[in-house]
Amino acid sequence: MLVGLLLQGLQMALVLALAPLLVGWVRKVKARLTRRRGASVLQPYRDIFRLLHKEAVLADNASWLFRVAPYLVFAAIWVAAALVPTYATSLAFSEAADLIVIVALLGSARFFLALAALDAGTSFGGIGASREMMIAALAEPAMIMLVFSLALVAGTTSLSAVAEHMLTGDVGLRVTLGLALIGLVIVAVAENGRIPVDNPATHLELTMVHEAMVLEYSGRHLAMIELAAAVKLVLYVSLLGTLFAPWGIAQFGAGPQALAIGIGAWVGKLAVAGLLLGLFETSIAKMRVFRVGEFLGAALLLGLLGTLLLFVSRNL
Amino acid sequence: MHSLAFDIAHMFAGAMLVASFALLYQRRMSGIVDTYVVHSLILTVAAGWQAYIQDAPHLYVTAAIALVFKTLIIPIALRRIMRRLDIHRSVETVLGIGPTMLLGVGLVALSILLIFPVTESADAFAREDLALALSVILLGLLTMITRRNAITQVIGFLSLENGLILAAVGVRGMPLVVEISVAFSVLAAFVVFGVFFFRIRERFDTLDVQALGEFRGERR
Repeated sequence: MLVGLLLQGLQMALVLALAPLLVGWVRKVKARLTRRRGASVLQPYRDIFRLLHKEAVLADNASWLFRVAPYLVFAAIWVAAALVPTYATSLAFSEAADLIVIVALLGSARFFLALAALDAGTSFGGIGASREMMIAALAEPAMIMLVFSLALVAGTTSLSAVAEHMLTGDVGLRVTLGLALIGLVIVAVAENGRIPVDNPATHLELTMVHEAMVLEYSGRHLAMIELAAAVKLVLYVSLLGTLFAPWGIAQFGAGPQALAIGIGAWVGKLAVAGLLLGLFETSIAKMRVFRVGEFLGAALLLGLLGTLLLFVSRNL
Repeated sequence: MHSLAFDIAHMFAGAMLVASFALLYQRRMSGIVDTYVVHSLILTVAAGWQAYIQDAPHLYVTAAIALVFKTLIIPIALRRIMRRLDIHRSVETVLGIGPTMLLGVGLVALSILLIFPVTESADAFAREDLALALSVILLGLLTMITRRNAITQVIGFLSLENGLILAAVGVRGMPLVVEISVAFSVLAAFVVFGVFFFRIRERFDTLDVQALGEFRGERR
C-alpha cells in the first residue's frame, strides 16, 4: 500500500515535471521543421517561473470565481493525469482510474475555465468560451463512444485493467482498435487545442479559442493555466500510449528495474509523440471553426463503426 | 498462424473501409484523387497479402494490376483531365458531410446484417472479408450518389470496383481471366468517362451533373 502511494506520488511529480518539457519539445520540433532555430526546450519552464513571480492583475468586475478557476482547472487536470497509468499499471489510485472518471474530470476543468472566461465580461472571453463549448459538445460524445468501443474489447473501463489486457497479447490486431486509435487522436488534437482545431501560438481574434478564454489572466493565474494545458497534453499522450502501445509498462509487483524500464519507455513515448505532433502540425493548415464539427464527427463515427464491427466479431 | 493471418487481412479490409469513409469526407478535388490512390494502395497490399497466405500466385497478378492501373495510370490521367478542365475547386455535395457519414455507417450496418445470415456455412475469414467488401461497395455507390461533379462520381465508381476486387480476393478461386477482363473493362470505362467529361463540359460549360437534369426538363 505504502509502495503504491509512493509510486503514485512519483508519477504525479514526474507528470508535472515533464509537462513543460514536452511543450518545449513540440515547439522545438516545429521550429526546426520550419528552418528556425527555435527557443530552448527549457523555455516553458522559464516562462512559468517568470509568470509565478509576476503580479496577478484582476479585472475590476471579476468575481471570486475568476480567481479560483485557475486552481480548480489545474487540480482537476492534475488528478486526471494521476489516474492515467504512465509507467506502471498498479498505483495507489488505480482502483479509481476509470476512463469515464477521466472524461468527467477533464469536462469539469473545461466548464470552470469557460465560466471564468465569461466572468470577466469581455467579448473575447465570451467568444472563446462559446467556441470551446461548441468543440467540447462535439468532442465529448466522440470520446465516450470511443471509450465504449475500447471497453467492449477489454471488458472493462478501468484503465489499468485495459492496459494489462492489451499487454497479454491475445487481443491481436483488431480493426476496432485501429479505428479507436484514429478517433482518439482526433479527439486529443481537438481537446488540446492543437492545430487543425485551434492554434496554441496565435493571438488573432478570428481564430483563437483557448487563448481567447485565458486572455484576461496574468501572473500566477496564467502560470497555473499554462501548466494545466501542458499537463493535459501529457495526459492525452500517456492515455494513447497506455491504451495502444503499453509495451514497457511495469506491472503489479514489479521490481525497481522494471520501474526504471517503465519510466524510460514512457519518456520515449512522450518524445516520439511530441515529434509526431510537431510533424502533423507543421504539415496541416488550421481549419475553419465551423468545419471542426465535421472533423470531430469523423471521430464519433469511427467510434460507432468500431463498436459495430466489434458486435460482428462477437457474433461469429 | 492462422489467427494472425486472419487479423492482418481483416486489418487491411478495415483500412479500406476507413479509406472509403475518407473519400466520402473529402471535399477537395485533389484530395479526393489522393484518397483514391491510398484506397488502391491498400487494395494492392491486401491482394498481395491474400496471395501470400492463400499461396495463390495469380493473386500477385491482381495486386500488380491494382498497383499499375489504379495507383498510377488512372490517378495520373485524372489529374491531367482536372488540369485541362481547370477544376481544382471545392466539391459541392448534395447532402452535408454529417448526414452522408451517418448514411455510410447505416450502409455498413446493412451490409453486415445482410452478409452474416446468408453465409453461415462459410468460414469466419471469408465472412468478415465479404461484409467489409460489401460495405466498401455500398460506400462507393453512396459517393456516386452524393456528389454532383462528374469526376468525383467516377472516383466513387472506381472505389466501388476496388470493393469488388477486395471481395474477390477474399474468397478462393476467382479465375485470372475474369480478373484481367474486369481490370481492362474498368480501364475502358474510364476512357469513355474521360471522353464524356470533355463532351459534357463542352456542351454545358460545367461538370455539375445537375445541369444534365435541367437539360432533360426535370424539376429541381
